[in-house]
Amino acid sequence: MNPVKLSLSVMTAAAALLAGSATGGRAAEAIKPAIVYDLGGKFDKSFNEGVFHGAEAFKARTGIVFGEFAPTNDAQIEQGLRNFARKGFSPILGVGFDQAEPIKKVAAEFPKIKFAIIDGDVNAPNVQAISFKEYEGSFLAGALAALTTKTDKIGFVGGMDIPLIRKFSCGYAQGAAAINPKIGVTINMTGTTGAAWNDPVKGGELAKSQIESGVDIIYQAAGATGIGVLQTVADAGKLGIGVDSNQNGLHPGHMLTSVMKGVGVATDKTFTEALNGTWQPGNTVLGLKEQAVSLAFDDENAPLISADIKARIDALQADIIAGKVAVHNYAEDNHCPL
Amino acid sequence: MNSLIPLLDATIRVSVPLVLAGLAGLFSERGGVIDIGLEGKMLAAAFASASVAAVTGSPWLGLAGGIAVSLVLALLHGFASITHRGNQVVSGMAINILVAGLTVTLGMAWFQQGGQTPVLPPSARFQELILPGATSLADVPVLGALYSHLLSGHSILVYLAYALVPGAWWALNRTRFGLRLRAVGENPAAVDTAGLSVTGLRYRGVLIAGLLCGIAGTYMATAQSAGFVRDMTAGKGYIALAAMIFGKWRPFPTLAACLLFGLLDALAIRLQGVAIAGIGEIPVQFIQALPYILTVFLLAGFIGTSIPPKADGIPFVKER
Repeated sequence: MNPVKLSLSVMTAAAALLAGSATGGRAAEAIKPAIVYDLGGKFDKSFNEGVFHGAEAFKARTGIVFGEFAPTNDAQIEQGLRNFARKGFSPILGVGFDQAEPIKKVAAEFPKIKFAIIDGDVNAPNVQAISFKEYEGSFLAGALAALTTKTDKIGFVGGMDIPLIRKFSCGYAQGAAAINPKIGVTINMTGTTGAAWNDPVKGGELAKSQIESGVDIIYQAAGATGIGVLQTVADAGKLGIGVDSNQNGLHPGHMLTSVMKGVGVATDKTFTEALNGTWQPGNTVLGLKEQAVSLAFDDENAPLISADIKARIDALQADIIAGKVAVHNYAEDNHCPL
Repeated sequence: MNSLIPLLDATIRVSVPLVLAGLAGLFSERGGVIDIGLEGKMLAAAFASASVAAVTGSPWLGLAGGIAVSLVLALLHGFASITHRGNQVVSGMAINILVAGLTVTLGMAWFQQGGQTPVLPPSARFQELILPGATSLADVPVLGALYSHLLSGHSILVYLAYALVPGAWWALNRTRFGLRLRAVGENPAAVDTAGLSVTGLRYRGVLIAGLLCGIAGTYMATAQSAGFVRDMTAGKGYIALAAMIFGKWRPFPTLAACLLFGLLDALAIRLQGVAIAGIGEIPVQFIQALPYILTVFLLAGFIGTSIPPKADGIPFVKER
């Protein structure tokens, strides 16, 4: 029943404190969190690795170990979730929109187990759906690109053509237009199937075609396809913008910035809430304000961004957080105002 | 002209894996062995070449690694379908499925980057070659532009791939080996009667296919992009097979079919998000379906009957 040895007095103490508030009434036991990664794998230098680091931070603080599973194909996702649920793990965190259907199914089978999903939309009494305001970070990236471009043409390469990716492209175009209404934004999607996430060759060709048309900064939100995009951009001596995690180090000097998604923060948050008994099902949306979405500024891209430009981006960021600048969310009405 | 040259340039680049894999299928099938496993062999070669190049830092060692792994898979296909007379389609499909899983699993175990190989530095990749005089001739109208932008600036594997097309034609139609290989695909019993080894000839055809798929996979991982990503062949092996059937199992028509697919691919990339006069912006989905729609259209009426080698797919059983 208890394959993972959860020891440590910290937890026992915490559990005792929580006795009254813990949902499910299993106060004597502390939580047994688990993670099911998405197909990108645990060490993908991006999304999944961010989740892993968030969970590690939680472990370092509380001493609570977590179960983890890295599926190698779609079918294993559901098996992994069910395995953890059967063994009594809770909360179980699924990474990526691919897991929405499996989580919906498994969550219904185990109503007492808490589930959480990142980037997925699941409505169930025991599921917490965590999503991000990618459009806010993308807005800043678009603004930064518009301030930096020399040709007044910037580009975007997305992976699969789904509303999630349109959120990125729409925010990017809005940010660029906020700086320069006449700027040309070329938006390309790699494909309409899952294969669009793993086609660096096509990503590179899309980037080449954009560069030929005069584009000098390209933002990618295309998973592994994006590696091809950033490679081509660097080979051509132009600037790329990374996504999800800090990709500035991939091609120093050719990476303007990266739009980082705080999946680690979200992971830590959902585990901590479960531990404290404040965990709630439903939708949680994290953005610039929660510092769950941000642009990466570090030594790698410092030479590319002047102090003036940095100040304007910081001001824009403050305006968005204060609500003075509204960024349209594509997912609300499946429409981009630009 | 300004938009035409980049389009043709892209066509040349994206057609290379199709041309190599198409020729690979052609050698295998002219010898009477169906090769559905082009996709798997390319994918395995892509993974092997990227891994070797990442570890050693040499694209040439990567190429050697890619070819070696592809040859091993070709031997496996030969062993199942020639030596043991198994179903050739099943064997090829098994290779595709095996490789799709194995590359990712090995990649995760070796590099811990979710099945990808590390990003290759420029020194570990096949770089674009600038042909002599390309920069100085760039300003000459038409011909200079064609030479410096279209012909120059590709990696050595691109030139190799296109040089292999006449080579394949010559080998098949002008050499003793080619005659025998074709005979083995049409009427293996006659070849056997003449005292030649059907098994040996078919193995040679299958191994040539392995060699060519090895180069194709290496091109994708170390020239076109900078490393291996799961399923990066993205169905090119199957498209190459279709191109070979379009090309009626002949090298030059196969090249033409590959270039047509490449052109459609390059066109699809450039048409995305572009408004066309009188029609407006074409949806992404339609553009991406275009190559397949055209395939059906061409197959239905334009290329005429395409007749495979007579003994294609039939295991040879020696009469006793």
